[in-house]
Amino acid sequence: MRADLNSFAWLLDRLAYEPRRNGKLALITDYFRQTPDPERGFALAAMTGQLTFANAKAGLIRALIADRVDPELFALSYDYVGDLSETVALMWPVQHGGAGHNRPPPTLADIVEALAKTDKRALPALLASWLDALDETGRWALLKLITGGLRIGVSARLAKTALAALGNLQPDDIEEVWHGLELPYAALFAWAEGHGQKPEASDPAPFRPAMLAHPLEDEDFDRLDPADFTAEWKWDGIRVQAASGLNAQGLRITRLYSRTGEDISGSFPDLAERIAFDGAIDGELLILKDRRVQSFNVLQQRLNRKTVSAKLMAEHPAHIRAYDILFDGTEDVRPLPLAERRARLEAFVARHGGARVDLSTQLSFDSWEALAACRADPASIGAGPDADAIEGLMLKRRDAPYLPGRPKGLWYKWKRDPSLLDCVLMYAQRGHGKRSSFYSDFTFGCWREDGVLVPVGKAYFGFTDEELAQLDRFVRKNTINRFGPVREVMHSAEAGLVLEVAFEGIQRSARHKSGVAMRFPRISRIRWDKPTREADRMATIEAMLTKIEARASAP
Amino acid sequence: MRPHELLHPTPAGLYCPPADLYIDPVRPVARALITHGHADHARAGHGAVLATAETLDIMSVRYGENFTQSRQVAILGEAIRIGSVSFSFHPAGHVLGSAQIAVEAGGIRIVASGDYKRAPDRTCRAFEPVRCDVFITEATFGLPVFRHPDTAGEVAKLLSSLALFPERCHVIGAYALGKAQRLIALIRDAGYERPIYVHGAMEKLIAFYESSGVPLGDIRKVAAAERKTLKGELVVCPPSAIQDLWARQLPDPVTAFASGWMRIRSRARQKGVELPLIVSDHADWDDLCATIREVGAPEIWVTHGQEDALVRWCELNGIRARPLRLAGYGDDGEAETESVQAAP
Ligand SMILES: [Zn+2]
Ligand SMILES: [Zn+2]
Repeated sequence: MRADLNSFAWLLDRLAYEPRRNGKLALITDYFRQTPDPERGFALAAMTGQLTFANAKAGLIRALIADRVDPELFALSYDYVGDLSETVALMWPVQHGGAGHNRPPPTLADIVEALAKTDKRALPALLASWLDALDETGRWALLKLITGGLRIGVSARLAKTALAALGNLQPDDIEEVWHGLELPYAALFAWAEGHGQKPEASDPAPFRPAMLAHPLEDEDFDRLDPADFTAEWKWDGIRVQAASGLNAQGLRITRLYSRTGEDISGSFPDLAERIAFDGAIDGELLILKDRRVQSFNVLQQRLNRKTVSAKLMAEHPAHIRAYDILFDGTEDVRPLPLAERRARLEAFVARHGGARVDLSTQLSFDSWEALAACRADPASIGAGPDADAIEGLMLKRRDAPYLPGRPKGLWYKWKRDPSLLDCVLMYAQRGHGKRSSFYSDFTFGCWREDGVLVPVGKAYFGFTDEELAQLDRFVRKNTINRFGPVREVMHSAEAGLVLEVAFEGIQRSARHKSGVAMRFPRISRIRWDKPTREADRMATIEAMLTKIEARASAP
Repeated sequence: MRPHELLHPTPAGLYCPPADLYIDPVRPVARALITHGHADHARAGHGAVLATAETLDIMSVRYGENFTQSRQVAILGEAIRIGSVSFSFHPAGHVLGSAQIAVEAGGIRIVASGDYKRAPDRTCRAFEPVRCDVFITEATFGLPVFRHPDTAGEVAKLLSSLALFPERCHVIGAYALGKAQRLIALIRDAGYERPIYVHGAMEKLIAFYESSGVPLGDIRKVAAAERKTLKGELVVCPPSAIQDLWARQLPDPVTAFASGWMRIRSRARQKGVELPLIVSDHADWDDLCATIREVGAPEIWVTHGQEDALVRWCELNGIRARPLRLAGYGDDGEAETESVQAAP
């Protein structure tokens, strides 16, 4: 098999269409089997999010294609295809005698290496020579990789599972050694294929696969005995694992991992620096100000930033609310039942917690009804002003060990009921990717007292494919104005469409015209039956906000 | 005589006044010349039909022997005089029996190409360029993003998926006339010798191809009782059947679709396709442009498909061109129109 970007692109292309997990696994394992080192190592790194290519902006790609094709033909093509990278990949004219023509296509390794040392001015020519040498699928993958737009539906976990399937390893065997290894992972592949030693897990702060919960279903209440479970709040932050230890040189290594094993220490140096324990705990990363848990929107300001300023860290200090303990010193406590781990955790936090790590409270309850009451009103039973940062409840079996993945019957999450509003559809925009030919992004509004409709939010999901087709049809038939990709849809007191919108929270926002921002809005029902004048009013939203704020300022 | 006096669009189809006949009419007419057997070009109910022998046979297979009151066989390359006009048929390389029709009178020759392709295909005769004054070209894939890849690579994609998923049945949607037979021929030419299973709706046309000298190997009709036993096998069915209950009863099917539209990811996803195979019976963008140059016509009329882009290309290359707005084509074969289904 050729081992260049065309063959990796071929895999990405197949993965993009394959809906089944087992199908994806078979494709990736087959690719690993057929592809030599170091190329497959780079592919593994790409699939596990270890490579960053994002160097090129869409503008650079537009400029490259504008030099080569007629603008009108480009516009017609782009309009039809709906995706910039794909359009350019397909219509790129392969110039015989051009820079890249007759050259072998670049490998993934070539691309990573060259991008690391090419400065911005040389990038267009380099990119063009690669595009000349690749086939359509290869060009598509390259453009997606370098603009950061690659969505292949493969998690790091899936890629590691496929790697394990090369031989007789389990995915968790890979996880255990993963964080000590470096590109292109030749030793790891050799071990997975059964002809190499287990790579040394020299990392003193490795990631251990997280234990996850199932959503609680109605029928579970009859099956489960409340006495077997503990309950605690499910906080609306980021689930993290904090691991720390001393390396061979005696230096402390601390890492914060997301629940998928992504190292996010870089975004929270204030927290990482203050952790000085030997071991690993599982918890929720939250921003606490004056001991109050801040909303997820506040936490979001600290995410995905290249540099974290001292000011930002001082204003939004990061904390961990500890749920569980995985390693106590060098002792693996994961096999212990939760009740014993909890005792270990309490002692551990008391010893090492400091100002930035505290314990998640356990709730007392003797029946599901009692717990439902807690869930309906967290403020009244101890969550106090932090109630808005609570997403729901976690239920955990007292006798359960800490197991990787989502084992059945041990952990459950019980989310709070969503809020609902009936809103009027106002604008629609075409979606991306699979939905590029449908109007799938909807802006909706509520009535102000003077009879003006005010946009209050935007939703992209919640509907079935069939409902999407119906909405799309409605938008096309009822368009009254067009602004580029956006269509304004008929929305008067007499005519229009009411959408029931569900959301997980609402707060005031200066950035939004309506003055409010919804969290996770989604279309829960299309109210074909409901007259637009009966949709909700801004006053209803105001009442929701007042209630939330009253709770927040309660002593 | 000016070109539009010899041939011009009407609601019933392309009309030739001096001979009083239509080419590929979409409504029943007294006299029709038919380029090929796809349902949007070849309809039943005309008074008289002139077409190649294969096209006439295909129409009988599809519509029964009484699809027209009288029929006449057009022999490729031979001129037939009707009134003051001379007509001749030339291979179009689209499907078995497909032909371009050259219309000549008063020193002007117009070629109506019907649908055509330039890629090699052993199931029909290859396209022959005919020099002319006006060339009427289709534009099904008339955008520069449509570049059909080498079919060998597409078949390799299918065969490697069969090897990787031996527990699953591979079900391929392909149009019953032309695409299915070409696809099977390509799979055979790649060395696949196992039986290929086909949907009942395809049987007759496959048998007709075989009787016309296009061997397709061991073909078996899928019997209802047998459906569950087809793991690891290849099944070819009409595109409409791939999302049907019919296909869902096959063992853990991998859904493939053979079409030029599969080049565009959003199109393939909308159809729920898991294994898109870019195999087309129409010319791609590069072949449309090359053909326009090759026939040397100073004037091009562009019909069903993406007319605007091809007209633009002609302008950029100093060739006079205009879109010919003909309604009613594109219901069969690949030239289907984009549509959003369903409403409340
Ligand atoms: Zn056709
Ligand atoms: Zn056609």
